Amino acid sequence: MIVRILGEGQFRVGDDVAAKLTALDSALDKAVETGDEAGFKTALDASVRLVRESGTRVPDEEFATAEFILPFSDATIAEVRRLLADGKIPGDSVGLP
Amino acid sequence: MSVMKRVSLIFRAKANKALDRMEDPRETLDYSYQQQVEMLTRVRRGVADVATSRKRVELQMNSLQKEVTRRENQARDALAKGREDLARAALQSKVSLQSQLDDLQGQYASLQEQEEKLTLASQRLQAKVDAFRTKKETIKATYTAAEAQTRINEAFSGISEEMGDVGLAIQRAEDKTAQMQARAGAIDELLASGALEDHVGGTQDAIQAELDRMGAGNEIESELARMKGELAAGAPRQIEANGDAGAADSAGSAGSAGAQAERPQAGDGS
Repeated sequence: MIVRILGEGQFRVGDDVAAKLTALDSALDKAVETGDEAGFKTALDASVRLVRESGTRVPDEEFATAEFILPFSDATIAEVRRLLADGKIPGDSVGLP
Repeated sequence: MSVMKRVSLIFRAKANKALDRMEDPRETLDYSYQQQVEMLTRVRRGVADVATSRKRVELQMNSLQKEVTRRENQARDALAKGREDLARAALQSKVSLQSQLDDLQGQYASLQEQEEKLTLASQRLQAKVDAFRTKKETIKATYTAAEAQTRINEAFSGISEEMGDVGLAIQRAEDKTAQMQARAGAIDELLASGALEDHVGGTQDAIQAELDRMGAGNEIESELARMKGELAAGAPRQIEANGDAGAADSAGSAGSAGAQAERPQAGDGS
């Protein structure tokens, strides 16, 4: 599975890592829902570390989309909520015709 | 639903929306490439902006550091003159300045981090855009419109995700820089107007004035001591003589003032 960490690019991870990430993802989701900033940071740090350490970088010549996209490693709950709420990505302004 | 999955769907939705708008996919390859090059320019400008902001904070930190050192010297000076109250005031002012400096140091580190991240993002996008250029030429040369569709979809979605990532990184850096500029502007104004000195503790000028006054006071004391010494040595005639000279001076100046006053009248008469 391909995972992107915002600001860091794409990584390819194995199934075992994907399973661990799915568990961490529920923790992230719960933290965002309840506004638990400490819990959010713990889950995000663990996810980012897991992907960086066990993933391999997707080469530049490969054009693929990620199944999981992790927020910036230093993101806050507010930032993630904003992204999920408006679904706007600044790159839109230079998007395709 | 999960956070990571939802974010990925948002990115995909963006790419799909763009793909839906395409008629002949091959024609849009070049257009997309142009957009990517523009994005590269934007991200490089972002790096330059953050660097400018960081340098400005650096200059401010230097100015604040000088002020902190000055307060410290004042405190030492005051203490040497036996004025613990003044030394205390100078140190209070120093503490206040130091906390502003610490705050700026934190901001500086954060800007430095943004700059590094954005530089990496720029390098990553550059590599991806180069790869896209190669890929688009291959697609245009090798495949018919129908065959090309799948490959183009892949390339677009991939580059779109990268562009979105970089776009978000630029936005973050811009936010950070804007916040920083507002603060830096306020500190610049304070430093320029000298208001920082009054604003921080409000005692700085008073401390320096008091220390200067004490310095002058010491000179007066030693002058007085010298004069007392002269008096004790029996110099009353000298003082008398000074008094006579002063009287003669004032008489002389009064006379010349009178003479000057007459001249214009004479001029008027002629």
